[in-house]
Amino acid sequence: MTYVSAGERRPVLAVERETAPAGRFSTGAGRPRTRRRLGPGPAIPFGLQIGPALLVVIWTLGSAFGLIDPRILPAPWTVIATFGTLIADGRLQSNFLTSSVRAILGLSTGIVIGTALAVIAGLSRVGEALIDGPIQIKRAVPTLALIPLLILWLGIGETMKVTIITLAVIVPIYIHTHNALRSIDNRYVELAETVRMSSRDFLREVVLPGALPGFLLGLRFAVTLCWVSLVVVEQINATSGLGYMIELARTYGQTEIILVGLVVYAILGLASDGLVRLIERKLLSWRRTLAS
Amino acid sequence: MAPNPGKLNAVEVRGLTRRFGSTTILDGVDLDIAQGEFVALLGKSGSGKSTFLRALAELDHDVQGTGTIATPEKLSVVFQDARLLPWRNVIQNVTLGLSGAAGQEAGRRALAEVGLAGREDAWPIQLSGGEQQRVALARSLVRDPALLLADEPFGALDALTRLKMHDLLRELCARHKPAVLLVTHDVDEAISLADRILVLDRGRFIEDLKIELPAPRDHADPRFAQVRTHLLNRLGVEVPGRRAA
Ligand SMILES: Nc1ncnc2c1ncn2[C@@H]1O[C@H](COP(=O)(O)OP(=O)(O)OP(=O)(O)O)[C@@H](O)[C@H]1O
Ligand SMILES: [Mg+2]
Repeated sequence: MTYVSAGERRPVLAVERETAPAGRFSTGAGRPRTRRRLGPGPAIPFGLQIGPALLVVIWTLGSAFGLIDPRILPAPWTVIATFGTLIADGRLQSNFLTSSVRAILGLSTGIVIGTALAVIAGLSRVGEALIDGPIQIKRAVPTLALIPLLILWLGIGETMKVTIITLAVIVPIYIHTHNALRSIDNRYVELAETVRMSSRDFLREVVLPGALPGFLLGLRFAVTLCWVSLVVVEQINATSGLGYMIELARTYGQTEIILVGLVVYAILGLASDGLVRLIERKLLSWRRTLAS
Repeated sequence: MAPNPGKLNAVEVRGLTRRFGSTTILDGVDLDIAQGEFVALLGKSGSGKSTFLRALAELDHDVQGTGTIATPEKLSVVFQDARLLPWRNVIQNVTLGLSGAAGQEAGRRALAEVGLAGREDAWPIQLSGGEQQRVALARSLVRDPALLLADEPFGALDALTRLKMHDLLRELCARHKPAVLLVTHDVDEAISLADRILVLDRGRFIEDLKIELPAPRDHADPRFAQVRTHLLNRLGVEVPGRRAA
């Protein structure tokens, strides 16, 4: 501010005053009152789509005018054609299916184990003493660093792959569910005591619904981690799956197949995150009634 | 306190002591409350009213102390906050811990009694503070309590709503006839509702006053004013220009 001379200084408020409806906000002194907006303002329609669309346009134009080397980045239409070929000869579907089965098995096992551990650790001091420490240690060791050990223990088959995904998923589910359980308001616990709830009712009416927001947050992290782990295990030691398809394409220099794989990953990632958010909206509707 | 001769007691407390660290909050307190009797408990802030009520409600697990407490099996608690589970709708909140169609039916009836028929499916955040507290009343009634413990249940409400809630509580108590222990800061509230008023001070009941004013109790009644002055004095508040004493 000190380097701007008085003449150059543009008073921010004055600019907004011009746009305010004349007289509407004016006070008796004739000085318009406007409050400066601090938030980002109203949303631009389709705002989130603009950035990606722009990238696609640049990609298309760059390929059409020969500015992009197809060996580095094949043209969009090549990728679409490859999509067609891969689907026609069934490779995409079968690899997709294999990957999905791994992801779903690993994710669901991880969710069940993570939630169960969180509930046990959240409801009993003994459980906490036994469970919380090991999970914190597990959290400190990146799951992917366990791959060599797990290969020695379990071989390179499906069990190892699903186990890696499960181990990755357990951590966020446990951490967020446990945290939410621990922060359930003690007043609700007292209420449960005064209406003499059974332990089962207490779990169903207070503990699980109270921990649900934390669980769902953990679930969003878990889904992301699930895809990440899937990609890694499939690129290291696999003979099927999307990651294998990509890895194979790399050895043959088939950039367009790599791109198809990446697009599928992106769609899967976005779709699963959207799904979790949808579940969130449905299950936490008691929070949203005022906003909607 | 003197036992109630010839009446069955809903509450019998003997030698109740409660301590936080080295501070004694309740110092060997005795109390009988007869069935259907409405008792209000007054006391300065920090005098131990909530401590006493929580002891009766068996909510004070980690508090040190001795003494015996006999309370009925059917006991309900109303807190200062309505304490509704935000993730359960109104009827589910009312019927917490109850089961079956009979519970549902009783829940609907209790909601109707507090004037909230038709709001069964609303979420707690969709209700005003007064309405939430009425749901809490319905939740306590649906259990058909022999003893109702209430810790400043109307403390968070505005004056107008509070008066309406007094009428509602009076009406509900007349119908269901539970023994009531109402903790309050509001001397007028105590006088207009209670059969008997206790004042807690330094760990003991320093006052046990039967209120024998006819209902409905009129704040402008000179006897009402006399009781109020007396209680305020016991609470250590100097009342200017008092003649009755
Ligand atoms: N959990 C606790 N640990 C330590 N001290 C406590 C605890 N609960 C209450 N106390 C102390 O005990 C005393 C009595 O508290 P209590 O809540 O019973 O008072 P009260 O009469 O209900 O007051 P108020 O009218 O303000 O609600 C207070 O001095 C308070 O600081
Ligand atoms: Mg209190």
